[in-house]
Amino acid sequence: MDNEFAIETEGLTKIYGSGNTEVVAMRAATVNVCRGEVIALLGPSGSGKSTFLTAVGLINTPTAGRIRIGGELVVDGPKAHMDLRAFRRRHIGFVFQKSNLIPFLSAIENVQIALEINNWSKAASRKRAMSLLDYLGVADRANHSPSTLSGGQQQRVAVARALANQPSIILADEPTAALDSHLGRQVMELFGKLAHENGTGVVVVTHDQRSLDVFDSVYEMEDGMIRRSEIGILSQTK
Amino acid sequence: MNLAIKDIRHNLGRFALTTVGVGMLLMIVMGMGGIYRGIIEDATLLIDEVGADLWIVQRNTRGPFAEVSRIPANLVHRALAVPGVQTAREFVYHTIQRERDGKPIRIAVVGLSWPTDKGETLPFVAGRPLALNHFEMIADRRLGLPLGERIRLGKEKYTVVGITENMISSSGDGLAFFTVADALDIQFDIPGEAVRLEREARFARGSLSDYGRKQPALTDSAYLLPSQIPALGPRQISAVMISIVPGTTQRAVASIFAGWSDVSVYTVGEQRDLLLRGPVEKVRRQIGLFRVLLTIIAAIIMALILYTLTLDKLHDIALLKLIGAPNRKILGMILQQALLLGVAGYGIAYVVGMRIFPRFPRRVILTKDDLLQLAVIVLVISVLSSVLGIWKALRVEPNEALSG
Ligand SMILES: Nc1ncnc2c1ncn2[C@@H]1O[C@H](COP(=O)(O)OP(=O)(O)O)[C@@H](O)[C@H]1O
Ligand SMILES: [Mg+2]
Repeated sequence: MDNEFAIETEGLTKIYGSGNTEVVAMRAATVNVCRGEVIALLGPSGSGKSTFLTAVGLINTPTAGRIRIGGELVVDGPKAHMDLRAFRRRHIGFVFQKSNLIPFLSAIENVQIALEINNWSKAASRKRAMSLLDYLGVADRANHSPSTLSGGQQQRVAVARALANQPSIILADEPTAALDSHLGRQVMELFGKLAHENGTGVVVVTHDQRSLDVFDSVYEMEDGMIRRSEIGILSQTK
Repeated sequence: MNLAIKDIRHNLGRFALTTVGVGMLLMIVMGMGGIYRGIIEDATLLIDEVGADLWIVQRNTRGPFAEVSRIPANLVHRALAVPGVQTAREFVYHTIQRERDGKPIRIAVVGLSWPTDKGETLPFVAGRPLALNHFEMIADRRLGLPLGERIRLGKEKYTVVGITENMISSSGDGLAFFTVADALDIQFDIPGEAVRLEREARFARGSLSDYGRKQPALTDSAYLLPSQIPALGPRQISAVMISIVPGTTQRAVASIFAGWSDVSVYTVGEQRDLLLRGPVEKVRRQIGLFRVLLTIIAAIIMALILYTLTLDKLHDIALLKLIGAPNRKILGMILQQALLLGVAGYGIAYVVGMRIFPRFPRRVILTKDDLLQLAVIVLVISVLSSVLGIWKALRVEPNEALSG
């Protein structure tokens, strides 16, 4: 399954509700993300960005369409082709707008738990979690509870957790919305670095136009339709 | 990493408070069971302690513990003549209520058959058995009468010479042991004026009758205490206690007494049953029902607490599902917390109960069986109520980690 694509979606469609309340949140989204590629997804609020991201993240069943991850067919229409939770555990890293750390675990334990559910030993997971926190510059906060960390520090711990299992893809939904522009840019650059170093496919939903130069390509979403953006081409030629 | 423990550590204060609350609730359930046992034990304590094989009581009555039973004291001698009877003792029993230091004191008066029974077999914690046939008493600790205390009952003062432990009547009053004669004096104590009037009346009746004119000595006796004038009326006692010759059966000896038309006879087992089904029956059932109700309520409250504990964690559970944690990890967390709450609550109930229950006015008896039964109930409640939480947790979509 040595495929050049990290993510391939084909005709991905999501319809919420039915009858009068029917909302078509995503229409025939077809996107390919290469290994080691970082893409940005822009678009106004309500255009379907989160719907796309959660569908690819296997936590939101599409109404129609296919999803392949690392060349493997994972989802075909509303039916799953495998145990999605086990697949998520091994192959997908999430980062969200709110850091979504488990409040009763310390920073390092939040990273450790992601490793332990993949059968890492206690000692090995602790070591790896520590080196990840170190890599993200929050090693000194390892034993602090999430509530005592700043927004930026929380977000970095969340990134460390997303990276822990060396996933094939990382999905980030407005990860910098809670950060100042400087920190926001740092996180974006980090995604770029990760993708290029580890061959991870990264999709980042963002509103931040100033950091677009970090991305390999930019997609825009409107009324549930995705298309490649001019801005992306511009930034690539820059 | 144990998520259950981590979560508890993070919310230690809240978990501790909840556990103490559950502990207190379980302590009440435990105590109610102990009170129930205590009532049964206390009810049959006197019967068990005096160790008679058969009880002879007034015809068609259920014996002195259930109602008033009066039989003539000379029945002891008739009983002794029956084959298979080893000893026959007088038994007097009645409850009195007096004042002491402005507070009511209830005493269950027991008459011991002097001189065969001086109370040697009682569970003494201080003092000695009776040494005189008058004016001495052995009191249970529950009565709060110190050794050497002189207490006026009726016309006489009685000295406390011995203290027993856990000798309690079926209604929870402390027992006090006297000689039969003293016990009767206390029971039939009549105010001075009434006695005087009665004596005059007796004298008048006696001296007016032919009988009294022919036997002037009889009218002299009219001035004696009621319990001391057998010629005018035999002493009335409550019951006769029989112990049988080893080798004979209770049934066989009882069948002889059953043929006597002036008394009823009960074996010790029957007397116990009568007590449990008689005077303590309603109290026993009342407490028994209350105990069942309390257990059910405790179960509901525990279930609610555990369910709320899980509800509060739904967001975290969704997050765990999102990062791919398997169900067994999530269910383990819920179940372990439920069990921990149950076990810790039970422990608190036991430890606190052991300190508080002895201060209760009536005995609270925690038997091994009852404790074990409650432990099993708590365990079952813990598991069942976490099932509610687990059912909810399994339905949480990982999506929900992103909302709110
Ligand atoms: N669970 C849901 N049920 C019904 N409608 C939804 C649900 N989630 C999103 N939508 C609708 O789908 C559309 C796209 O939403 P979303 O993907 O969240 O957009 P974005 O992330 O770009 O702001 C919106 O119109 C939104 O109201
Ligand atoms: Mg969104």
